[in-house]
Amino acid sequence: SPALELPPSHSLPGRAAALAAAFIAWRRGTPGRGPALRALSRARRQDIDGVGHKYHLEFVLEDIFEKDSTVNCTAEVLYHLGNKNAAPDVQFTIEGELKNTDEADNLFYNRIKSLKNELVAENIPDSYGNVPPEMEPIRALAWAASGYVIWKNSNENTKYQLAQIKHVKQVKRSDEYLEFDYMILLHENVSQEIIPWQMTVLWHPQHGIEVTQNSRQPKHV
Amino acid sequence: DQVLHIVPETFQQVQHLQHLCSTLMLDLWKPQLLEDIRAGEDLHIRVPAPLVQEVKDSLDQHMISYKVLINDVQELVDESVLKERSQRQIPEGYNYTEYHPMEEIYEWMTQIEKNSELVTQHYLGNTVENRTIYYLQISQPSNKPKKIIWMDCGIHAREWIAPAFCQWFIKEILQNYESDATIRRFLQNLDLYVLPVINVDGYIYSWEAERLWRKNRAPYMNGTCYGTDLNRNFNSSWGSVGVSFNCTSEVFCGSGPESEPETRAVAQLIEEKKSDILCYLTVHSYGQYILTPYGSTTTPPSNNEELMQVAQKAAAALMEKYGTSYKVGSTSLILYNNSGSSRDWAHMIGIPFSYTFELRDNGTYGFVLPPDQIQPTCEETM
Repeated sequence: SPALELPPSHSLPGRAAALAAAFIAWRRGTPGRGPALRALSRARRQDIDGVGHKYHLEFVLEDIFEKDSTVNCTAEVLYHLGNKNAAPDVQFTIEGELKNTDEADNLFYNRIKSLKNELVAENIPDSYGNVPPEMEPIRALAWAASGYVIWKNSNENTKYQLAQIKHVKQVKRSDEYLEFDYMILLHENVSQEIIPWQMTVLWHPQHGIEVTQNSRQPKHV
Repeated sequence: DQVLHIVPETFQQVQHLQHLCSTLMLDLWKPQLLEDIRAGEDLHIRVPAPLVQEVKDSLDQHMISYKVLINDVQELVDESVLKERSQRQIPEGYNYTEYHPMEEIYEWMTQIEKNSELVTQHYLGNTVENRTIYYLQISQPSNKPKKIIWMDCGIHAREWIAPAFCQWFIKEILQNYESDATIRRFLQNLDLYVLPVINVDGYIYSWEAERLWRKNRAPYMNGTCYGTDLNRNFNSSWGSVGVSFNCTSEVFCGSGPESEPETRAVAQLIEEKKSDILCYLTVHSYGQYILTPYGSTTTPPSNNEELMQVAQKAAAALMEKYGTSYKVGSTSLILYNNSGSSRDWAHMIGIPFSYTFELRDNGTYGFVLPPDQIQPTCEETM
């Protein structure tokens, strides 16, 4: 069926755009770079019989560290009708180049590798929205890893954002990877719920990010 | 009146100047006494307006060069009186670019009322935990009845940028009242009622216990569960959509419409004054939206076209400041379905213009918006 033009301000394309941005954060995020959705410019939707709903999106990304650093993107998001547990399919194209973060990544890598004691931190950002500069790469890693969690758990009726890192603890490894155990809070925009989520994140400058473990946690009363 | 700056070059010049000053009784600013006028030293004299030309002619005649130090003394005086008065209107040293705990906001409201003839503080009601809810009325004294614009902030505890905006808003109005004709004209015809924090208990809880708390602190289920979402608790299609009847949910709508004292306090006042209220604004975060009624249905309100037009204009003006883009539209279409919101309720009882503002940002920081964004957020929203 033909693609129907939707106002970019509408809730459904807005959720699809948030999902696409999270997916891009997962695929392209590094300790020095956190792609985030700035604005949705255009949205079309196709209802494909027996398959699902497909959104064609044009949007602008900014960086969580540099709001003025923007880049245009297009993406296709397909929410599957059948299997409710299947993550949506996302394909994207970024116009131009994202900032190269090799130097910052290596600096961060060496800094953590040379720590005597495992890194531990809480509340990033803090209640006032502040992030100490040395915690920015920790936040960026969580931003990217949460993109994976968000992607895997999204459907047309959800819109997730990373609200805060409650707790992070480095896990010492004997190999060259860095490992961090995160407890994050996701904000789900439709239900307004704050959902604690645990993620184990592996990272290496050359090998990228891997979420080896993740699980939804109970809300403590 | 003008102030002239002269450096006499010779003793003869000094003598002439002394003669001029004493004959015309000119006001010596520097030095203070005639006999202290010396060659080679600064002389500042204030010349009354009707004598300015005469004095300048005399100086020219005697080849005494001068510079105009102050072109219009009255202008300068007016400016500094203005500055002094506007600085007195707002509490000294209150930092509007940082977040304040409730104790400081209470203090600030008292100070604001004390310092300004335009502001009066009013009791609205009490919270669940028996704290006082106050609103501020900004009114230009006049004997003609005025329409009201109502703005409330902080229905949801974690949305700290909203109370910060309410405080900023009041500061801006008071600080610029004397100098800004638009504001004065505005207040000639309208009264502003501003409620900086509705959900006082929740706000305090978000400072002391759980930063991302949203609801009020009403105990349910024998104290094993807390909090009603005040913005699902109003009597507008209450309990019909986008809510939960379970206290553990963030969108728990309470045990009935207006079950919460905070809701009742707001509803009572607005109901009382509804025939005078032109516009109801409620400020939230985040998401960057200007939302129009309704959340409970996609059927547009009767004056939808006008509502949208005004909102589009507001969003455009907002974007001009820092390029921030806000989405405009009815809640049910651009956000989600929800019943029992204050905005829907205000419109349903007859208030023509009713909007929810969702301030910055888009999710990068969400509820924990850093303080360096308070100023740009508030500036663009003004």
